[in-house]
Amino acid sequence: MANAVLTDFDPSGQGRGLFGVFRHRYLLQLLVRKELKVRYRRSVLGLLWSYVKPAVQFAVYFVAIGMFLGLNETMDNFAVYLFSGIIVMNFFTEAVRNATRSIIDNAALIKKIYLPRELFPVASVYVSAVHFLPQVVVLCVAMPFFGWRWDPTGILMVFIGFVLLLVLSIGLGLLFGALNVIFRDAENFVDLINMVITWSAPVLYTAVLVRDTLGETAFAFYQANPLVVIVELFHRGFWAPTVSHGVELAGQPLAQWLSITAATCIAVFVVGQLVFTKVSKRFAQEL
Amino acid sequence: MSTNTGAVAISAEHVVKRFTLRKTRELKELAVWLLTKRRGVGTESFLASNDVSFEVREGETLALLGFNGSGKSTMLKMISGVLTPDSGRIRTKGRLAGLIEVGAGFHHDLTGRENVYLNGAILGMSEKEIDEKFESIIDFAEIGEFIDTEVKFYSSGMYLRLAFAVAVHTDPDIFLIDEILAVGDEPFQRKCIARIKQFSEMGKTLIVVSHDLDLVSRICDRGIVLQRGVKTFDGQIDEAVSWLRGQA
Repeated sequence: MANAVLTDFDPSGQGRGLFGVFRHRYLLQLLVRKELKVRYRRSVLGLLWSYVKPAVQFAVYFVAIGMFLGLNETMDNFAVYLFSGIIVMNFFTEAVRNATRSIIDNAALIKKIYLPRELFPVASVYVSAVHFLPQVVVLCVAMPFFGWRWDPTGILMVFIGFVLLLVLSIGLGLLFGALNVIFRDAENFVDLINMVITWSAPVLYTAVLVRDTLGETAFAFYQANPLVVIVELFHRGFWAPTVSHGVELAGQPLAQWLSITAATCIAVFVVGQLVFTKVSKRFAQEL
Repeated sequence: MSTNTGAVAISAEHVVKRFTLRKTRELKELAVWLLTKRRGVGTESFLASNDVSFEVREGETLALLGFNGSGKSTMLKMISGVLTPDSGRIRTKGRLAGLIEVGAGFHHDLTGRENVYLNGAILGMSEKEIDEKFESIIDFAEIGEFIDTEVKFYSSGMYLRLAFAVAVHTDPDIFLIDEILAVGDEPFQRKCIARIKQFSEMGKTLIVVSHDLDLVSRICDRGIVLQRGVKTFDGQIDEAVSWLRGQA
């Protein structure tokens, strides 16, 4: 008799991965709002900090690298080149760092109430996107003054780049968020990666320099880093249309490198979700 | 109003849960662990649930009884999905909400109003549902004009009353209740108990964990006694309570 009705049963605590997040999107919104509110509580500038920090960072790099090291002289619109790369790296490092901490930070909740746990890393990435988008707006407003010409392909490239960036960040966020519950080393490891990654993509220099220094073979490995191609997609969309001559970016031929990058991002994402699903069964007892 | 002929709402089949006591995870231990071929280190463990099976029918009010460390809270957490059994399985039907440590989803820096929405959403309510029940929640919590104050300025009583008010306004089919009745002063406790009784009259399924045996025998019809993770008694609440008292 009991078995007759077992069809619409849910096994306790079995998530549906990111689909569960989609079903709880109202809660996701509230978590993001909470995060932003808590982060900027009692702060006079509030969300303006998300402009001030990249602005100062930009100024420091512009003076040090653009002026002292002379990239401003040798490159057209180095400012646009620099800023469009910085915002990608800032999004990535912030998203992954906060997603890594997100499970531990929400331990009180995770130990007591069952929710799709993916909500927390996804909320962290979402918060980074809230910081990221105004910076894109600043860039868009500034670009016409640098001689930007209408370029639908470039806009498409930025859009693809952002989607890939999201997939990569959520994947790594899930992976390290879960691992951090078992090994708190994950946090430090992510800080280390973030430090290295800032220099491993062509943000503060051009990819041409890498090829000329390391040769073609090493350059291929260099381009296997998905962030290299993603940053170059942003350069293609924001910087290239402001320059009158042809530009040489990493990730060429584009179709080939775009496929490789997309495959890498998706693979990272799948691994992240699998590890997360496996480890999340132990969250409540390990935290 | 409980009828034991309803459909099955919760089914637990041969549930086993073993906790391994915390291992340290330093390099030193890790090296030992690898060198000893993964034996020896950190194998101290205990069974919080040892092959426990039971079914709960819709509309039943069940108390999980037992002394400290008997595994009743673990069972409740496995039903809610917070913990996962090592083997066996637990299945539930319908929407489930827990009054497990009310206020777990509250954030000190948000106002009462913001916390009502956040906690309501955490407990599975939609925005529209919370909008509709907002007044009723505030009335129940007796918070009044403090609703737009950050909850860190609340007295502990106000805090718990608001958290409890949100929880009882969710509309689940199954209610999991863990030691909630340490909430607030006596009048508020009476109000809470009245509310919980109302739920059982509405035909909701209740599972209550409490050490207050007199209280559970007023709320529940059925009792399961757990001892060191083993189900040792399952039957009428009065019999379960006297059985447990006989063990003391």
